[in-house]
Amino acid sequence: MRKYLTKKILIYILTFFFAVTIDWAIPRFMPGNPINFLISRFAGLPDSVKVLQSYFTQAFGLDKPLWEQYVNFWKALFRGDLGISIYMYPQPVAKVIARALPYSLVVLLPAVLLSFAIGNRFGAFVARKKRLDNFALPVFYTLTASPYFWFGILLAWIFGVVIPLFPLAGAYSFGITPSFSWNFILDFLHHWVLPFGSLFLVMLGGWAIGMRNMIIYELEANYSRYLEALGSSQRLIRRYAYRNAILPQVTGLAIQLGTVVAGALTTEIVFSYPGIGYILMQGILNQDYFLIQGCFLFIILGVLLANFLVDIFYMIIDPRIRKSYSGEV
Amino acid sequence: MTRKEFVHFFLKNKKVIFAICVYAGLIILALVGPYLSPYKDPLAFVGPGYQPPSKEHWLGTNTFGQDIFTQLVYGLRSSLFVGLLGGTLATVIGLLIGFVAGYKGGWFDEILMMFTNILMVIPTLALLIIIAAYLPYRGVFIESIIIGFTAWPWTARAVRAQTLSLKTREFVDLARITARKPMKIIFGEIMPNMMSYVFMVFILQFGGAILAATGLDFIGLGPTRGISLGIMMQQATLWNAIQLGMWWWAITPGAVITLMVATLYVMNAGLDEVFNPKLREM
Amino acid sequence: MIGVAEVVLDVRDLRIYYRTLYGYVKAVDGVSFDIKRGEILGIAGESGCGKSTLGNGLILLKPPMKYMGGEAILDGKNIMALSPKELRKVRYGKISIIPQYAMDAMNPTKKIKQIIDDLLHEHGESFERKKDLIEERLEIVNLGKKVLNMYPIELSGGMKQRMVMVISTLMNPDVLIADEITSALDVSSQRSVIQMLYEMREKKIMGSLAFITHDLSVLYQIADKVMVLYAGRVAEISPMADIVQEPLHPYTKMLLSSLPKIGVRYSQTKLKGIPGYPPSLLNIGPGCRFRDRCPYAFEKCEQDPPVFDVDGRKVSCWLFERGDVN
Repeated sequence: MRKYLTKKILIYILTFFFAVTIDWAIPRFMPGNPINFLISRFAGLPDSVKVLQSYFTQAFGLDKPLWEQYVNFWKALFRGDLGISIYMYPQPVAKVIARALPYSLVVLLPAVLLSFAIGNRFGAFVARKKRLDNFALPVFYTLTASPYFWFGILLAWIFGVVIPLFPLAGAYSFGITPSFSWNFILDFLHHWVLPFGSLFLVMLGGWAIGMRNMIIYELEANYSRYLEALGSSQRLIRRYAYRNAILPQVTGLAIQLGTVVAGALTTEIVFSYPGIGYILMQGILNQDYFLIQGCFLFIILGVLLANFLVDIFYMIIDPRIRKSYSGEV
Repeated sequence: MTRKEFVHFFLKNKKVIFAICVYAGLIILALVGPYLSPYKDPLAFVGPGYQPPSKEHWLGTNTFGQDIFTQLVYGLRSSLFVGLLGGTLATVIGLLIGFVAGYKGGWFDEILMMFTNILMVIPTLALLIIIAAYLPYRGVFIESIIIGFTAWPWTARAVRAQTLSLKTREFVDLARITARKPMKIIFGEIMPNMMSYVFMVFILQFGGAILAATGLDFIGLGPTRGISLGIMMQQATLWNAIQLGMWWWAITPGAVITLMVATLYVMNAGLDEVFNPKLREM
Repeated sequence: MIGVAEVVLDVRDLRIYYRTLYGYVKAVDGVSFDIKRGEILGIAGESGCGKSTLGNGLILLKPPMKYMGGEAILDGKNIMALSPKELRKVRYGKISIIPQYAMDAMNPTKKIKQIIDDLLHEHGESFERKKDLIEERLEIVNLGKKVLNMYPIELSGGMKQRMVMVISTLMNPDVLIADEITSALDVSSQRSVIQMLYEMREKKIMGSLAFITHDLSVLYQIADKVMVLYAGRVAEISPMADIVQEPLHPYTKMLLSSLPKIGVRYSQTKLKGIPGYPPSLLNIGPGCRFRDRCPYAFEKCEQDPPVFDVDGRKVSCWLFERGDVN
């Protein structure tokens, strides 16, 4: 178990290093030198003195040796200084991201957790009934093959325009200010349904298919045969199979986190939902490199953290990790 | 299994047939479509905007008055191209790395796998964003290259696992004992057994590349010139196509992408049945 | 030994085929035998003769195996034709199996104690109630009580197999099928397992035992009666001593003579095998299946030989048509 944990932690730390380094290195080595471009843009803005004093700009100081720039970059990172946003000047990037984060989480977290729980149940159920299997499988395939944002567009079309049940943009209606009133909460939920729904449904398809295949595999395993030969009910066999099939699904969740986050970002764009994806898009459109970089780092950090949590969870549910002597299962 | 058996099961499998038909249709559309369309330039402004599908414009026009059908078939070309180039690149890189890591083992393996794991955790899109954002000019070619170079990790891992399991099989030991050259062992003994697997991997990479490119295009990091299905969707979203009721603009490109990717998954499921006798319907 | 022992399992003309794309593989094609209470029946034959199909088919028939006809009477009922619900009552309690895949017969993510408890609950029992019994059985197979709290992954291969032996016999089945359980073991481990089975029989833990193996030397140590199968059919059924001293069926004869013997110098005498291969059972036609390799074959062998009775022994060979040793 210890070996498993240390190996994972090592990878995550290294990954973070690698990601930060890429983040630092790429603007420098790209043709056209975006840094100069950035700085010259800043020089033209009001209060540019304040910006020039931004640590980030100093880190970009091209008169300093490369390694010093690199170290400064890390120092800035630990101070939470991700630079100043051009798009939302003069707000610091860190603040912009912090404001957008809750919106991303409120859609992403329930979508991931619920789709995992329900999708797996669905998949296991469908594996048993042949006729249902033939009908449900194409549906699941279509769901999981859809680009997240396209599915969002589809839902927006059906439930926002054809049958106008839900709003198509924003986290809440224009006139309302965020508060803890019933009014706001209902309005918020109203806007939340479609972005959540599109993420949820696409992911659901993926889990259902995966689980269906895993269940079939587990039902053919020797231990299932043995149980059946010794007179067990289908119920017990299925229960055991489900328990074992969930394990690779959890691993799959960890692997998918990156893709899922990316999907969530694009979905936000479709619905103009003010999460990290939305501001990222704005950053790209406005060539706000600081914002783009900040988002990148943040996404990486988030994904690494989530991965780590999933790994710990996996360790808890798979007894073989605890008992085995090797680092891998 | 023998070639004869393979062909027999391959051609009999419903899923495989379905997938082949769909792709044949798509490829024909991509090749011939641009000649069928009365408009030669997808970016030309050829008529009044906001038009629903009609005789002059088979899939209507968008806000600017560009013909959707023309854009669709050109965009289809671009997507197929990215899938092919990006997917092939990712498969080849993944094959090489996974194979070397699995076959050589030891330090090679540890380092390569560490590198692979790192790259795997980073969300591909994020990586692509950070690279693509700084490129002064982007084309479909470059896009395919960077997708290929970032999508290979899971292939490498899968190939490595296969190599490891095959490496310890008896026929490889036999080849070693008879002092065949390592290259010959690789190509003569191990490769043939992995071929079916590699083919299936390639299919997934093909689909993945298409999705990745579409995603990139959608956020605005696609080719700076030209058209693709992702770009169409981006523009549709930016110009509020849905709010304005222009479903032919917003939904059609995505539907085509979904069709392409879903068909690939079906193909893979079919191939699984062909290669694994237990799954075959009798 | 007063009277005739009761028959626990009576198999008559059992047919189990495999359904394939090209037709039926007639793996078990008209096999008849019986097992009496307290008896150990050895089922012997080379690979592909149908013994595993028979053993597994009796307790759990899964596609592509198909029950084609005949009967297997246990406790008055034909267990091949029971409904799934009735089968569940018969399995474990009346008929049980130590499978060939004993090494991964246990769910890797559950503690052994839990597996036993769940299994027992399916039959109206519980771990708690049988705790003492389980501990007794563990002693017979030389396993400590601690294993109950472990996961299967923590046990060695041999330990796992012995654990499965305990699990499979917890309900004292009338018929226990042991499918190639010694095949992967070294000689001394084989000996231990055989002794454990003996002890189990002494203690009446199982009512009878059907021991499937391709290894005649193992059978010699354990079986009371031996059934030799060839190509899906019975070649011969005889008591152990008789088979060794005076094999009847040509196949049995050649099988025995192909065994290396202690004291013979094989640099001087050549070890005889049986030339040729068993026939393919796919869509196989009538006639004795051994005739292509049999040195005594004659024209009558083109017809299916019935099973003849020779002094209480059973042989399926036209040579014994007149009921005596030819």
